Amino acid sequence: MLKCSLDKINSVFEEIAKTAKLYIPADDKDGSAVYKQWENGIEWSSSLNTVRSPKDFFLPQMENLMEFKTEGKNIEVIDNRCETEDFVIFGVRACDVKSFEVLDRVFLSEPVDSYYASRREKGVIVSTACSKPSETCFCKTFGISPEEPEGDVTTWKTEDEIFFKANTSKGEALLEKLSAYTEECDETVVTEQKEKISAIMAKLPLKDLKTDAFGGGKTEEFFNNPVWEELSGSCLGCGTCTFVCPTCQCYDIKDFNTGKGVIRFRCWDSCMYSEFTKMAHGNNRITQKERFRQRFMHKLVYYPENNDGMFSCVGCGRCLSKCPISMNIVKVMKKIGDVDA
Amino acid sequence: MQKITQNQLIEKAASLLSDGTVNAVLGWSRGEFGYDVTPKMFKTEEDLKENFVWNDFCGVNFSKYLVSKTDRFDGKILVFLKPCDTYSFNQLLTEHRFEREKVYAVGIPCEGMVDVIKLKAVTGEGISEIKEDGENLLVTTIYEDAPVKVAFKDVLLERCINCKSKKHVAYDELMGDEGEVIESKRFDEVAKIEAMTPDERFAFWQNELSRCIRCNACRDACPACTCEKCVFDNPQSGVENKAPANSFEEKMFHIIRAYHVAGRCTDCGECSRVCPQNIPLHLLNRKFIKDINEFYGEYQAGAEVGSRAPLVDYTTEDLEPGEVFDRRDIDA
Ligand code: SF4
Ligand code: SF4
Ligand code: SF4
Ligand code: SF4
Repeated sequence: MLKCSLDKINSVFEEIAKTAKLYIPADDKDGSAVYKQWENGIEWSSSLNTVRSPKDFFLPQMENLMEFKTEGKNIEVIDNRCETEDFVIFGVRACDVKSFEVLDRVFLSEPVDSYYASRREKGVIVSTACSKPSETCFCKTFGISPEEPEGDVTTWKTEDEIFFKANTSKGEALLEKLSAYTEECDETVVTEQKEKISAIMAKLPLKDLKTDAFGGGKTEEFFNNPVWEELSGSCLGCGTCTFVCPTCQCYDIKDFNTGKGVIRFRCWDSCMYSEFTKMAHGNNRITQKERFRQRFMHKLVYYPENNDGMFSCVGCGRCLSKCPISMNIVKVMKKIGDVDA
Repeated sequence: MQKITQNQLIEKAASLLSDGTVNAVLGWSRGEFGYDVTPKMFKTEEDLKENFVWNDFCGVNFSKYLVSKTDRFDGKILVFLKPCDTYSFNQLLTEHRFEREKVYAVGIPCEGMVDVIKLKAVTGEGISEIKEDGENLLVTTIYEDAPVKVAFKDVLLERCINCKSKKHVAYDELMGDEGEVIESKRFDEVAKIEAMTPDERFAFWQNELSRCIRCNACRDACPACTCEKCVFDNPQSGVENKAPANSFEEKMFHIIRAYHVAGRCTDCGECSRVCPQNIPLHLLNRKFIKDINEFYGEYQAGAEVGSRAPLVDYTTEDLEPGEVFDRRDIDA
């Protein structure tokens, strides 16, 4: 275990930024936070988490995949990939670190998505334990530990110090670079910190929310439940929940006609959108009920069915705080699963 | 801080349900933390008693829901409308977006609704309960031993601070007074932006709009946006875009939307309330309203059913297009 005084955090950031692009949660408008590229003057936000999840770093909202130029009968394929830079994301919460594993299982299984894969390879994740969870947090429901988040490096922040622990060789290499600012220490303070976090977690309103009712093989049980009608009844279909969600991963690939050729790009899509499942034969999700059901069935039933029981919600609470009508996965779990919490 | 109580509304709804005046009630239902209420169709008295809420967080404007609800529900729907909601109600009727006979509208007074972001800026994270106490909210959080006292008027939504009217312009029945149109300072912020240099103004909007994640919540919550298929959702339109390819497209979405609702936007404030990125979208629409007022005389969309908005009407008093151009420097 290493530690460093928080007075020196700027120098730590400076050191990291010498060899890689560094992104940290910084204050945005009205007390919210956003990942910003660090430069002198950008300070680490004290907010719990960012409105936009860090999935952008691996699955950007929009990215160009390739380009085609046509001249006469020739087509030239141009490689316009840009995911080649080393970068570090600092201060990632436990829930969001877990979300990368959810995405990995989709994009790194065959056929591997090479754009995602190279970003994953170039990126180093530095996580930070949560000292002030929100009422909307329910990471524990999914077995995630805000006391000791995963990541290449785990950090804990106290009033005046920051503690570091490397979990991977990438993490070790990063801490190596910071050796001028850190010193060895024992685990006493961190252990205390972890106990404090556990005590807070035990007080959260959603602490008793369980996943027992859900998991693979439950499609028949839930699919035709009449309750979907009521739950989806007020959904606007706006897709805010899917865009702020760290684990929502649906995308569309489209061609943009430049006049002299085509730029093929990928952008986020949302199961909440009316055109999402439109195919040559028509659309199999005609009303918002089917679209709404898809989002939650995917997280709670289909994904675990295909991924050894792992759920594709990490309990970050973003959909709880950002849905314009306050409909969300917790309300769905309680109603559909009849879970008391 | 609301003058009318939750129980009064539940009683009213239950009696209208039981005497057959209505078959369902569009109301707000209870959430997990006191502030997270969700619109819901109530069909029984038990459900009303158990789940119906009326508190300082009932900001959702129900008028737009009437378009889809009346379409899909056979029977009459009771809807509770705050004064600002009644303007959207009228505007939608003007545009023939739902059948008036299928709705029973009860006007309820409103003292303003609370902005959860502002509230949390005072109380911090970890809200477990919110109670009303005179002019204050008592907020229990898991971090403080005693509830945090927050003055209600300090944490109001922007639209409520600048409330334009406490008057109900549409109803079948009123609970409380009809209310009055009130003086507001809603154009002050617009005037500030008008006073900027073009570069400053561009930078202001660039900064705000670049934070947009194109979730479409602003459009989907907007009672003036009720197209069956939005041009931005239509693959055939050529401008369908799920993600803005660049900052030009980002702005295009918002500017096209602002133009499309010009003269129809009642300034209900839903767009800014729902934006997850806290973008002050209402300022775009208010600029249009302010200009319309200055160029064609005061006009409030939704003040009455069937009024012709100045932009789709012609009178000999209308100012010449060139005059608009000449006036462009007046405020600068
Ligand atoms: S959900 Fe858990 S890990 Fe995520 S911010 Fe909240 S406490 Fe931290
Ligand atoms: S479904 Fe909601 S709580 Fe779960 S990971 Fe997504 S945004 Fe977070
Ligand atoms: S659940 Fe909420 S955020 Fe998601 S699409 Fe529906 S209204 Fe929008
Ligand atoms: S609600 Fe906000 S973030 Fe979403 S599309 Fe509208 S302006 Fe953009």
